[in-house]
Amino acid sequence: MTESMVQIVDVVLLVLLAITGIAVIRTRNLFVAVMLAGIYSLISAGLFVVMDAVDVAFTEAAVGAGISTVLLLCTLALVGYKESKPQHTTILPLFIVIVTGGVLVYGTAEIPPFGEPDNPAHQNVAAHYIHDSGDEIGHIPNVVTSVLASYRGYDTMGETAVIFTAMVGVLLLLSRGSLPKRVYHAGHWHKVKRGMTREDLIAEMEDEEAHDSTVVGGEGEEDG
Amino acid sequence: MISFTLFNYWAVIVLMMVGFYALISRDNLVKKLIGLNIFQTSVIMMYVSFGKISGGTAPILIESGGHGGDGHGVQVAGDAAHAIRDSAEILYSNPIPHVLMLTAIVVGVATLALGLSLVVRINEAYGTIEEDEITRKDNAA
Repeated sequence: MTESMVQIVDVVLLVLLAITGIAVIRTRNLFVAVMLAGIYSLISAGLFVVMDAVDVAFTEAAVGAGISTVLLLCTLALVGYKESKPQHTTILPLFIVIVTGGVLVYGTAEIPPFGEPDNPAHQNVAAHYIHDSGDEIGHIPNVVTSVLASYRGYDTMGETAVIFTAMVGVLLLLSRGSLPKRVYHAGHWHKVKRGMTREDLIAEMEDEEAHDSTVVGGEGEEDG
Repeated sequence: MISFTLFNYWAVIVLMMVGFYALISRDNLVKKLIGLNIFQTSVIMMYVSFGKISGGTAPILIESGGHGGDGHGVQVAGDAAHAIRDSAEILYSNPIPHVLMLTAIVVGVATLALGLSLVVRINEAYGTIEEDEITRKDNAA
């Protein structure tokens, strides 16, 4: 494959990514947004292959397009898939985004040109990994594996610590035993008392709802 | 064709701003998390772009000849490693950004899972995942 063809594929994939990203923002259906996010991940995996990062590509395809999509779909099953229209103006966020993007583009002027073998990033330890990992680590042809598991093994260990922390957090948040301190229902907050079960709370809320419907025109929402 | 020296970085910045816009302009918390994911993927693309070398190949050492004999496969592989070190003409892309971004992807999915479970709990307590409604209900209390 010649270098200009690589560049064409690169440009096409980046344009597709931009279109998908804008479609994610514009759609009001969260199910569509999640599916488009999955497509976005898969296209970016293709882009990683073009840029020689095959390990990143298959991790992105498996984790980004696979597990993330499943997690998002599970959440949608619990929270619904309708997005309401934004109430506030979008001019300020647009302004912030354009200014930030402009500053970042200005910053790229200092970046060494794309794809040059003489770039500083390729000089010191990267060259060492490529030249010597075959001898130093043993017969592992994939340099990424050698670096991930051996030279930078502590990074990977720290990563597992992060995942463990996230897992503990998810389990604590989603365990069915604990209820929130208060629940908003039918116009006001319900305090959850100590020792109350989920069923008690639902029964109390239904009682109150029945009570509210008898007292017509009681306290509505005062401050909007 | 347009000058290619910085195009990749600019395109990645555009994608980053798309994610950033979704993050700050939408009220729906799931949409915000999707925006955060787009932002994160664009950062990964930025790093992988730094590692790319034009005309290079994936950083998987190419063994010249290939080993057919299973008896001295190790010997052959050792020879191949020497051959690779001696032959400077094979150009490999930089493996370090790839390694760092593998970690980033996995950490990203962990943060996504944590964020989504927060969204589930917020929906349980407030009955909505729209940020403006959540703020309104908080003020009503």
